[in-house]
Amino acid sequence: MNFSLTAKSLLKKPSIQAPLSLCLLLLLWHGLASFLNTSSLPAPLLVLNILLDEIISGQLIQHLTATFTRLIISFSIAMFFGCIMGISLGLNKQLDNFFDTWLVIFLNIPALVTIILCYVWFGLTEMAAILAVIINKLPNVIVTLREGTRALDTELLAMAKCYRFSKIKTLQHVVWPQLHPFIMAATRSGLALIWKIILVVEMMGRSDGMGYQLHLYFQLFDVASILAYTIAFIVLIQCIEFLILKPLDKHAARWR
Amino acid sequence: MNNISIHIEDKSYLNSADNSAKQVIKDLSLSIKNNEFICLVGHSGCGKTSLLNILAGLDTDFSGEISLGHTQPKVGYIFQTPRLLPWRSVAENISLATSCEPESLDFLLESMGLTQEKQHFPAHLSLGMSRRVSIARAFANDPDLLLMDEPFVSLDSPTARQVRQLLVNLWLKRPHKVLFVTHDLREAITLADRLIFLDSKPMTVIKEIAVNIPREQRNNETKIEQFKQQLFIDYPEIHTLL
Repeated sequence: MNFSLTAKSLLKKPSIQAPLSLCLLLLLWHGLASFLNTSSLPAPLLVLNILLDEIISGQLIQHLTATFTRLIISFSIAMFFGCIMGISLGLNKQLDNFFDTWLVIFLNIPALVTIILCYVWFGLTEMAAILAVIINKLPNVIVTLREGTRALDTELLAMAKCYRFSKIKTLQHVVWPQLHPFIMAATRSGLALIWKIILVVEMMGRSDGMGYQLHLYFQLFDVASILAYTIAFIVLIQCIEFLILKPLDKHAARWR
Repeated sequence: MNNISIHIEDKSYLNSADNSAKQVIKDLSLSIKNNEFICLVGHSGCGKTSLLNILAGLDTDFSGEISLGHTQPKVGYIFQTPRLLPWRSVAENISLATSCEPESLDFLLESMGLTQEKQHFPAHLSLGMSRRVSIARAFANDPDLLLMDEPFVSLDSPTARQVRQLLVNLWLKRPHKVLFVTHDLREAITLADRLIFLDSKPMTVIKEIAVNIPREQRNNETKIEQFKQQLFIDYPEIHTLL
């Protein structure tokens, strides 16, 4: 009785629940793989072996680094210009009215079209690849930051003006904390979007990176390697979430 | 510091629903002498906040003239809501808005009974405490002109009385010009050197009355009540304003 009670309360802890559900998923995968016994669904252990081999050979690190570098560059540029444009549109109604249709058009161009056009116009170059990712991401950042700027508290801005806050002080202490949640939202949705687009970009026109490797293994019908790369990928994204984004969230939410 | 004189010919707002202009202030003149405590009394929504916003330099869209003296006065504004930055602590909220020394900050917080809350965030304060922080912020600015927009509204009466007393004490310690907006006549009599009664739609001055009760007798409820009754007898027209 006592034992089952402690087991129950243990199960309710989030720190126990997450690993437990992960184990369950792996177990299901293993069960299904051994039942089907086909090369289309390799067992988890086999995938793990390949993952380790790829790490040791340096292949995985090389391609992951290539993709990650593209991600950082295109993400930073898209966020930087997206923030500036979004805030400008949020502050200036006329500008917003004028460019609203542009924004709607760019939001609705399929990612694949932008990628094809960039490669056709600028050749199969690194610059074209990064530009294609930026063009896909930029409208999202602009829209999110525009909404954030529109939602700025005018009462607090009046307070800052009345107490003669300098421009920098206003930006740092009044505007930035209000935009922070919107920037975090743009960051999260942006990372998720860019990962997906970058793979397509690499698949179509680069000779390194995760997208290139996945395409290669697809042609070889090597599902185990595809899964190994996918896992490396997921681990990397989770690292970004837990090591960078979560602490930022926590720091920003300390006053709530 | 010089006297402040204000003349506002016209302040209108554009009603975006039907594009009609609504006049809120018309030919309003008043002057504030050095270290004078003035209470503006009138209906809620008669345009008093518009007047304070113009004086604070937050609203420049009006016709008229405001002479603030030789130098730009430092303004302390206690808004109707506390308007604290929720993501900054009590101490930061005050020190960001002012250039006040740490010792005088501690003194102010102590006199407001906020020493314990110095490092707290506004979300963890009661409304009364938040209001006291906003008062401390205005005083920490060491203002030449203090604007107050019904700062004690929605406080329960013991808290309001306590904060009112704090305000008077701070003002007596370091006098400056005060423009205090209220629709509570009792409160106005307790605080003011001079009462200015305002009519609404559009707002104009209809009566100015000096309060001659000595400061040390302002806590005497019956004195205040007597003064109020006398006011109604002498100037029956103010009845319609309250």
